[in-house]
Amino acid sequence: MKDEVRQFPGGPRLDALSKVTGREKYAADYYSGKFLWAGAKRALVPHARLASVHAEDALSLPGVVRVLTYRDIAGSNRTGIARNDQPVIADEKVRHAGDAVALVLAESREILRAALGRVSFDHEPLPGVFDAEDALKEGAPRVHEDNEKGNLLRAVTVRKGDAERALDESDVVVEGAFETSRQEHAYLETEAGWAFVDERGVLTVVASTQTPYRDRSEIARALGLDMEKVRVVAPYLGGAFGGKDGINVQCLLGLAALHSDGVPVKMWWDRTESFLAGMKRLPARMYYRLGAKMDGTFHGLSCRIYFDAGAYATLGGEVMAMGAEHAASVYRIANVSIDGYCSYTNNPIGGPFRGFGVPQVTFAMEQAVDMMAERLCMDPLEIRRRNVIRRGEKNCLGVELKYSTGIGECIERLMEHPFWKERQAWKSAAPKWKKRGIGMGCMGHAVGYPSLIPDQANTRLDLRSDGTICLYSGLPDLGQGNASTYLRIAAAILGQDPEAMELVQPDTDHDLPSGTSSASRTTYTFGNAVINAAQALRDVILGRAGTILDISDPGRAVLLPGKVRDEASGREVSLTVIARFLNDEERTQKGYFRAPYDESTIGIFYLGAHLLFSYGAHLARVEVDTVTGGIDVIDYVAVTDAGTVIDPVVYDQQVHGSVAQGIGLALTEDYLVSDGRHDTTGLSTYIIPTSMDLPDITSVPVETFEETGPFGMKGIGEVVISGCLPAISNAFHDACGMRITKSPLTPERVLSALARKGEVGK
Amino acid sequence: MTRKIFFVLNGISVHVETDPARRALDVLREDMGLTGTKEGCGRGECGGCSILVDGEVKLSCIMTAAQLEGKDIVTIEGVCGEGDLHPVQRSFIERGAVQCGFCTPGMVISSVAFLNANPSPAREEIREALSGNLCRCTGYQKIVDAVEDAAKKMHGGGRDG
Ligand code: FES
Ligand code: FES
Repeated sequence: MKDEVRQFPGGPRLDALSKVTGREKYAADYYSGKFLWAGAKRALVPHARLASVHAEDALSLPGVVRVLTYRDIAGSNRTGIARNDQPVIADEKVRHAGDAVALVLAESREILRAALGRVSFDHEPLPGVFDAEDALKEGAPRVHEDNEKGNLLRAVTVRKGDAERALDESDVVVEGAFETSRQEHAYLETEAGWAFVDERGVLTVVASTQTPYRDRSEIARALGLDMEKVRVVAPYLGGAFGGKDGINVQCLLGLAALHSDGVPVKMWWDRTESFLAGMKRLPARMYYRLGAKMDGTFHGLSCRIYFDAGAYATLGGEVMAMGAEHAASVYRIANVSIDGYCSYTNNPIGGPFRGFGVPQVTFAMEQAVDMMAERLCMDPLEIRRRNVIRRGEKNCLGVELKYSTGIGECIERLMEHPFWKERQAWKSAAPKWKKRGIGMGCMGHAVGYPSLIPDQANTRLDLRSDGTICLYSGLPDLGQGNASTYLRIAAAILGQDPEAMELVQPDTDHDLPSGTSSASRTTYTFGNAVINAAQALRDVILGRAGTILDISDPGRAVLLPGKVRDEASGREVSLTVIARFLNDEERTQKGYFRAPYDESTIGIFYLGAHLLFSYGAHLARVEVDTVTGGIDVIDYVAVTDAGTVIDPVVYDQQVHGSVAQGIGLALTEDYLVSDGRHDTTGLSTYIIPTSMDLPDITSVPVETFEETGPFGMKGIGEVVISGCLPAISNAFHDACGMRITKSPLTPERVLSALARKGEVGK
Repeated sequence: MTRKIFFVLNGISVHVETDPARRALDVLREDMGLTGTKEGCGRGECGGCSILVDGEVKLSCIMTAAQLEGKDIVTIEGVCGEGDLHPVQRSFIERGAVQCGFCTPGMVISSVAFLNANPSPAREEIREALSGNLCRCTGYQKIVDAVEDAAKKMHGGGRDG
């Protein structure tokens, strides 16, 4: 496989042409023929007992076809992954402001809007709970009465060695309380879909989703249908970042299509609704204590972390657990104690977001590491290098790192970087009213699912009778380019021109369950399945070509674009001819892969441990304006170990995009909610970086070779984002000599920190 | 109340009969079937719905159908010439400026208009010109690269720095 990296065909992404011409059809782009618009009436109250819904006023409007409530749902009316706790339409209770209380079907978007304004409902407001720690206190209002553990959704503990004793034995102990914000995904394409019941009586839902196969079972269960009667199709997404890892429009759309008298139904949340009802990154509060010996060796770590899941579980508990698993960042620490809690509140729904709990804990740990370096008068990169985990060592769960582990090298790269070596000169050249600082953050991120959840993929490659090769994807392309990469992987093995091949987007009718497009697994896991299918098809093609060309030594036949050639005789046979000599079964080859897992880790941690990690080390050069409190990121270096770089463009796209979201998280992004009511309603109040707010980013790959990964690669989609928040926070400290422990580092927070030390305007 | 509205769409004279208060964006997408123009916010905050109106960039989500009357409208579908891609489109493909692609039509429209007005821009000018077009995927770096590259393709332009 190592040799084949060289054959990996370069070139532009194969999906770029249809996107740049506006021809690509997204889930929101279906309008054909007669159809209805569906839309949800949102509660806008955070916690209430629901009495009755009044539809008469809306129904009296011409063009309003139906107003549906939970009473129209034949199934469980519950969705959820870890717990089935989220109603499609609220029944007895409203648990957050974005809950749907009714579903309206109308003939046009304009009529739909008017009708939604005319639906009303009676409710009895309930006291709410809006803080993850408060939610766990005696007497806190309960979000889900049937949850045995009150508002506790999930707790995890890690005990390795004796952390308390280790902290006593340490020469220096640093401690801090850290808090991160609620981050909105803000994908440009809001939640959208199209649904209809086809001539077979199958409910077909075309949606912007990361999880078509899981959606199918959720829709079936919630709406009371057989799985065979539900089909989910996933076209290209207009961004997702974890925010479409689960149900948003799918069940509402399905319900609408079951009541539309055979007419297709369209649903497309506007930005306000997307913000109101969509998932967010879970805010976290983290209490850290880190102890070290005089020589800088980390000796003990103790932390308590609280994550706010909001009103429903989604994968909130799993996000928190992932955070706990990464709580020690990338260091070898003998004594570790971690207590993680994830609470239900009446806040917006939390859920997966690129980084999946890791950016939060990395913010805490990497600042604690800098605090320790400062106390010990050590170079912050040197203290990291000294403690960094290497292959073969055990991480904070006690799991041995058996796979590629290049974080040590990442740190060494930063140490050699001119920005680091010349830091004093750069800092002292700060312009008037500005302070300059340099900070770093290191991070790891697990690739794939934890050991208990089978991380597997299925694909299929067809050699069609016309000689074209067609690849069936099981994992949606959210924008990261995995579809294009799949084609290139298959093309590399089959010696074909990837542009001449065809990719079929995920469709549950193809029966290729491959898990979810998430967890930094889309290329790693599915790519391996593609390799297996391509190798099988290659063997079939070469075998048959050998017979046709009458070659005794099969090694003489080579696959070339559209044909096979006998290197010795120069004779060729086209794939079209070969296809004719193969039966249907031979022309279709399946590929399966299951990622490595270790059952022995299942006992030690919730869902078992992860085994394989990508890594990174970041350096940020920032300028703090002591008059306005603004922080400018002047330069940014992202060193990443995501295994071999198989496609440098796609690789850097992930690095740039992650850093952009990470800088947003560090400086501006904070979805504000007061007592469950949304103060953020659009992109003018929720500030994501524009082209003016970001520097050019230097991406430096550290290319370990991951033996289990396709062509030596491992996941790059998430790892990078976790470095930004600590790198920028540490750079702020380096500039101003003070710490902000609550993110984002807004001008208000910067100014009040500066004011405390009388440093405003200095 | 509907009305006939006449305009030129991607070089062809067309008319629609519709409520003049409807959004131009909806007319283009629903009535004309041109779904390349995207809606990212619906209130002038993201640039996803950018179109050219008499050569200038406008946000079709805050334009009414009536405002199309008599105008020369170019959407992403009309940016390329006789079957050929516009140099901006080629550069977006070649320079890896496209990820999810949802911001791409608006980005391309804005870039085309910008390069017409400023054939050899500095990098900072490009960043400024595109600051009304939000992208959540790319961090803008490769988009700026692409616009620089397109300037070179179109005019041999593009300055350093
Ligand atoms: S959709 Fe028009 S500016 Fe966002
Ligand atoms: S490429 Fe996804 S929003 Fe720009």
